[in-house]
Amino acid sequence: MYLYDQYDQQMVDARVAEFRDQAKRRLDGKLTEDQFKPLRLMNGLYLQLHAYMLRVAIPYGTLNSRQMHALADIADKYDRGYGHFTTRQNIQYNWIKLEEAADILADLAKVEMHAIQTSGNCIRNISSDHFAGAAKDELVDPRPYAELLRQWSSFHPEFSYLPRKFKIAVIASDTDRAAMRLHDIGIQIVEQDGELGAAFYVGGGMGRTPMIAPCIKDFVPLDRLVTYAEACLRVYNRYGRRDNKYKARIKILVHEMGSEEYTKAVDEEFARMLDEGIEPPFAELERIRTFFQDPAFEAGASEEIDRSDPDFALWVDRNTVAHKAPGYVSAVISLKPVGGIPGDATSEQMRLMADLAKQFSFDECRVMHTQNIVLPHVRKADLHALWTALDGAGLGSPNLDTVEDIIACPGLDYCSLANARSIPVAQKISERFAANGKTAELGQLKLKISGCINACGHHHAGHIGILGVDKKGVENYQLLLGGSEAEDVSLAKITGPGFDEAGIVDAVETAADVYLRERQDGERFLDTYRRIGMTPFKEALYG
Amino acid sequence: MRILTGNDLKTGFVTWWTGEGWSLHVEDAIDVAGSEEEIARREEAARRVNAPYAIDAELHEGAPRPAHIKDRVRALGPTVRPDLTLKPADPDIGNWVI
Repeated sequence: MYLYDQYDQQMVDARVAEFRDQAKRRLDGKLTEDQFKPLRLMNGLYLQLHAYMLRVAIPYGTLNSRQMHALADIADKYDRGYGHFTTRQNIQYNWIKLEEAADILADLAKVEMHAIQTSGNCIRNISSDHFAGAAKDELVDPRPYAELLRQWSSFHPEFSYLPRKFKIAVIASDTDRAAMRLHDIGIQIVEQDGELGAAFYVGGGMGRTPMIAPCIKDFVPLDRLVTYAEACLRVYNRYGRRDNKYKARIKILVHEMGSEEYTKAVDEEFARMLDEGIEPPFAELERIRTFFQDPAFEAGASEEIDRSDPDFALWVDRNTVAHKAPGYVSAVISLKPVGGIPGDATSEQMRLMADLAKQFSFDECRVMHTQNIVLPHVRKADLHALWTALDGAGLGSPNLDTVEDIIACPGLDYCSLANARSIPVAQKISERFAANGKTAELGQLKLKISGCINACGHHHAGHIGILGVDKKGVENYQLLLGGSEAEDVSLAKITGPGFDEAGIVDAVETAADVYLRERQDGERFLDTYRRIGMTPFKEALYG
Repeated sequence: MRILTGNDLKTGFVTWWTGEGWSLHVEDAIDVAGSEEEIARREEAARRVNAPYAIDAELHEGAPRPAHIKDRVRALGPTVRPDLTLKPADPDIGNWVI
């Protein structure tokens, strides 16, 4: 994985010192909250429902064991012994004290981490395929390109005050595991006539106005990757709306201009920029690539797995994914125990995951946008030992991509923007399906819950989505069906009137039962919904 | 009734105006109807509170209960982590929030 050079470290250390001074001035009364707020937000420090919240960047979700240990130590030393892994492959701490925030940033800097650009109207943490470098179906590892863009976007002076926040995802396979087309810019590394390039999808997003990004350029040579991204941002920065925050995202600009006009403007800007020398030397990309070389996979690693323990066999079937190296798999550690809080991990669990990553996965783990953790490179021969350790720590839930593997934002339990609680709904749904035994029969069913229209829980992209709203001071939940964030991307549609907390759990089971009744061979929930449409579901839900 | 809330500047913890200072416990809050802006301005200037604002509340068993669920969650703590709330030993406290 990428290691900081002297410039990276100097930049991060300088920012820590700068923030320490800013926080001190705030505590000394030399800065008002209005003056301090944009400064703390630039360092990922929010004021949330119960306390300050710190969002720590995890570039493309990749961590080594030292970093995961540091995250655990921060949870114990400065927070309340746990952290929350987010849908942006980051981690959040919920009980941070302002007087200690700079110390946390200093601790992060010691392990090449920070919280820069995890808030504010700038380019946020770049996300990627959580199976990058391991996936059997990928063209190349997308992370060197994500890292190049991370370096380009960090402290970019032109893009520090964009009309609105800006999110980029990079993938390199036709299977989309990063919700690429639901980003402001989605980039897919592709091959054309034997040459690698980048396809640009611009203007996607969720939030109150969900949109699927159109492809505006199907091939940009890799030696023009940064220049083209810069052209996309420049056009947005110039024409994006700043008068209305709800219409300020690039998706609105692309929609209002039309993707052809937007593309034309980008291409014109791109043509003007070609001589400006914006593109980093290709040698820099080559340097970055050296950090993402394959680890030393064992030649001839055994393909055999002893499946005599049925609980272990179930976990293998559900939570391991094909790997490009013979004898290896990627193993998913579920942070979704039945009745648990999606994405939460205790400091002890973080330390265990760090140790297991070091022992079994070449010292590397990944945060998934689905709020689980991946050990990307595990020998099949080590799986039983891995599962035994995980299961003993409450991390062995065999539920990847099932109805129990729910994405849920922090919701009204933690978030000042939320209108309704998300986590209790997720807990009750997972308990319901664990109790009724339908999880296995339902197969792949991606359920996503947001506590407000900002859609941090990706409800628009759920096979089943749930949106919490405030109905005259009472929590109410809208049910949506038919979304997907994958390569078959689609936006979910609302079924009809909302439900109370108990009602939404019943409604999810009703929708699942319609699928079980109507499905044809091999169909997932989403396939059946697309074939039969909304009507049978509405009839079952509302009579 | 109107009660005044904000966050402690150093810790970020939710606090409530008691008439004499700031308390972590909403039951200590007093009615500030008519004087909320003046108190908020004075206390924020003195850095005894961060981002104060007034909310509607009603008396419930003799103590203020915020009118909106969001403020009741603020007052108690996350409903999904009773161990982290201000009343971890009260099994019925969730009903006060909901």
